[in-house]
Amino acid sequence: MTTPLPELPRLLALVPYLVRRPGVSFATAAADFGISEERLRKDLELLFVCGLPGGFPEDLIDIDFEGDTITVLDSQGVDRPLRLNVDEAVALIVALRTLAETPGLAEPDAVLRALSKVEAAAGAAAGTADVVEVALEGDPEVLAAVRHALESGHALRMTYWSAGRDAITERVVDPWQVFTVGGRSYLEGWCRLAESVRTFHLGRVQEIEVLDVPAAPPKDLPVRDAGQPLFAPGTEDVLVTLVLGPGAAWVADYYPTEHVEPLADGAVVVSLRARDTAWVRRLVLSLGPAGRVVSPEELAAEVRADAAAALRAYDET
Amino acid sequence: MRRGLPPYALFGLASRDVAQKKTERLLNLVLCLLSTQRFLSVQEIREKVPGYQDGTDEAFRRMFERDKAELREIGVPLETGSNTGWEDDQGYRIARRDYQLPDISLSAEEAAAVVLAGRLWQQAPLAGATGSALTKLRAAGMDAEGPLGLEPRVGVAEPAFEACWQAARDGRRLRFDYRTPGRPDPQTREVEPWGVVSWHGRWYLVGHDLGREAPRVFRLSRVVGPATPYGDPASVTRPDGVSLREMVARSVTETPTATAQVRVRRGSGGELRRAATAVRDDVEGWELLEVGYSDPERLAERVTGYGADAVVVSPDEVRAAVVARLRAIAGGAA
Repeated sequence: MTTPLPELPRLLALVPYLVRRPGVSFATAAADFGISEERLRKDLELLFVCGLPGGFPEDLIDIDFEGDTITVLDSQGVDRPLRLNVDEAVALIVALRTLAETPGLAEPDAVLRALSKVEAAAGAAAGTADVVEVALEGDPEVLAAVRHALESGHALRMTYWSAGRDAITERVVDPWQVFTVGGRSYLEGWCRLAESVRTFHLGRVQEIEVLDVPAAPPKDLPVRDAGQPLFAPGTEDVLVTLVLGPGAAWVADYYPTEHVEPLADGAVVVSLRARDTAWVRRLVLSLGPAGRVVSPEELAAEVRADAAAALRAYDET
Repeated sequence: MRRGLPPYALFGLASRDVAQKKTERLLNLVLCLLSTQRFLSVQEIREKVPGYQDGTDEAFRRMFERDKAELREIGVPLETGSNTGWEDDQGYRIARRDYQLPDISLSAEEAAAVVLAGRLWQQAPLAGATGSALTKLRAAGMDAEGPLGLEPRVGVAEPAFEACWQAARDGRRLRFDYRTPGRPDPQTREVEPWGVVSWHGRWYLVGHDLGREAPRVFRLSRVVGPATPYGDPASVTRPDGVSLREMVARSVTETPTATAQVRVRRGSGGELRRAATAVRDDVEGWELLEVGYSDPERLAERVTGYGADAVVVSPDEVRAAVVARLRAIAGGAA
């Protein structure tokens, strides 16, 4: 989870970290720095030979790391970490501002208090944070209801619009996590209607209510790893190939693709996998002359037939 | 043990040794300069800090210049000055108040918010920067596990992001090739960047377009090839009262200038329904929506996605746009 720092900044942070946690275990410290225990031991061996000019034993950093725990005996004055640099200050402050402006994801008061403390600690570097802004999509009421359900361990009832099938259904869901990908928020949970694990795009929730019943998802469900792509296409899904003109090139950025190949005239050939081709039909129809299905041929024929059926409606009205 | 290795030791091991010696030297330099109130002259540094004694004066000078640059790179504030006030008596020290992260004490709830914020960025360069910020806060005493079940994420997929954000950070001008919808060839743009904005999952650059002499919003996914900073740092100033987010919002959202009537089969046309300002019953099994729009082509794009389930009743400009799109798709089948 933690991205390991380069060596020197890591060592400069490691000493004050250990100073504040006498007797911390190798396992905990290594996990907090995102490094192996073996790497941590090497770091400690290196620190052990560094110190103030003079070269006498009392001038060196002294650390006891004989057993499974670590205790700093003499830090030689490195008791506090280095200040946040501009990039660190901007990245963290903008992230906190984003949370503060997206109600429902975290306790708003705690976020604002943390934000003002981090801004104060960052000092002048905080001034640069104005050059990055984030606006996430999401209805604050929907997010707040979902957060409440997650915190209290309750089930949710919601009216949900499935874009792929263009249908509105009412469902009861036992939720376990919310995540945001590409600026959109999703809820993952057990859908009692579908009797399976489902991911819901919170932008498509029309009404939502926290129920007075505990969430009770079936035991032993496989949990999606946070690092996994959201839509992991399987080989059982249909492989669709599209040609996209310059006006539809955004499709290649927007959907997970298997293959993208630019053509000489500025168009691109894109292959993607779809479990249910209904949304591809609707996508290609909406693209008009800018997009075309190359394969499978049945799908191309379906899109042509959809367009022909729609045209007949215009002859009648 | 390392020192016992013969000079013909394995090459990889030997270079690892060099890297480790350099880290030791830099760490000793930081400890030494932090411990002194006086400015230490270059000669004093050479004598005191382990690792500088070997080699010629010239080699030492070069090594010291590189070491200073490396420390400044990671944000160590090296202060130069004189103990006597004489110009030729320049030396170095690190002032503790400039070096140290000030005291920050976070409650459990606040720390949880910080850890949650630390998960926001999914990719470099900002993901790495929040990671190291969190490590420093942990080193300052923060102990926290993030809340479970909540995972806000913002991706940075656009290759131009790093150059654009750095130019905005440093206040430098930026030159890049930009593809505009409807034009086959990208055009070179020169911009004074004011900032970058992630709007509903897409990144934009906001700034003053020098060629067009006007403020502009650029979608980063339309930048072709590398974006190149030029000119001096801190040479760009953002005018007072500019809201980056409002500029992006204005450029991406339509302000309706007209209203269309769209007949939609009951239960379908979800996205149109959400945009509708009014919904009325129509003939059996159908409803009539009023939808605001400014660009007939953009409304036509949304309507044609529903095929025969959504039919534009009026005005003619939108009907014509839908019919033209459907004919292009239907081809010979119509």
